[in-house]
Amino acid sequence: MQLNEFLFLAAFLFCTGVYGVLAKKNAVLVLMSIELILNAVNINLLAFGAFNNTVTGQVFALFVIAVAAAEVGVGLAIVLLIYRNRRSIDLDDVDLMKG
Amino acid sequence: MALAAVHGLDVAQQICFAVLAASMVISALRMVTTKNLVHAALYLTVVLAGAAGIYILLAAEFVAVTQVLVYIGAVVVLVLFGLFLTRAPLGDAQDLDNGQRWVAAVVSLLLVGGLGVVLQRAFKGQHVVVRQVFRTSDVGVSIFHDFVIPFEVASVLLLAALVGAVVIARRD
Repeated sequence: MQLNEFLFLAAFLFCTGVYGVLAKKNAVLVLMSIELILNAVNINLLAFGAFNNTVTGQVFALFVIAVAAAEVGVGLAIVLLIYRNRRSIDLDDVDLMKG
Repeated sequence: MALAAVHGLDVAQQICFAVLAASMVISALRMVTTKNLVHAALYLTVVLAGAAGIYILLAAEFVAVTQVLVYIGAVVVLVLFGLFLTRAPLGDAQDLDNGQRWVAAVVSLLLVGGLGVVLQRAFKGQHVVVRQVFRTSDVGVSIFHDFVIPFEVASVLLLAALVGAVVIARRD
């Protein structure tokens, strides 16, 4: 298998996630797009790990999965708090610190 | 004879990769374009499952199993709970995109173009050949031998995230 196939797939998923983060109003959808970005990174880590014939890529991917789980937990708690205070999770409405 | 066997394996891997990659690409695109939030979560599930398949293709079974357990088992369920608790519209929403939609599309297209050119120049013609399969015990030895301090830091991070999520979402 070519190394580039995996890297192109990961780059595409990454950019789709970036589009989701930039263009979506719903906070939960933004969190889902962040998961997409983290998965693209994981694919890259594992592809380079297999390419270099080392186990380190797998270990790093496991750490990324652990951090992603923590991130989505705290992120959804923040989203629920925003919803409780404002009755909406539209990110365009959360502009209290806008200058 | 051995060369033919290797060639046949490569063809099988290519077909598996093509099927997985096509389903992941289509699902990712549908995830950021669909008007239904629950459908978006289900498309995300397809992408995550495809990533688990890619990991198996790269001979990383333990990471693939962890992906299925943590992402599909926990994260997607958590996201669906988030959608339900924030009373997301169950049918088609009116507009999920903000005003930056076209700017965001241009930015991500430029990003994917730039990344594609750079990757093509840097890694053209390089092959991934899985010469040595790392068993789960090898992964465990590496975590608890070479990466024991990051492992402990990750456990503290998970504890902090647990306490933080409870404190933030508590009703008082």
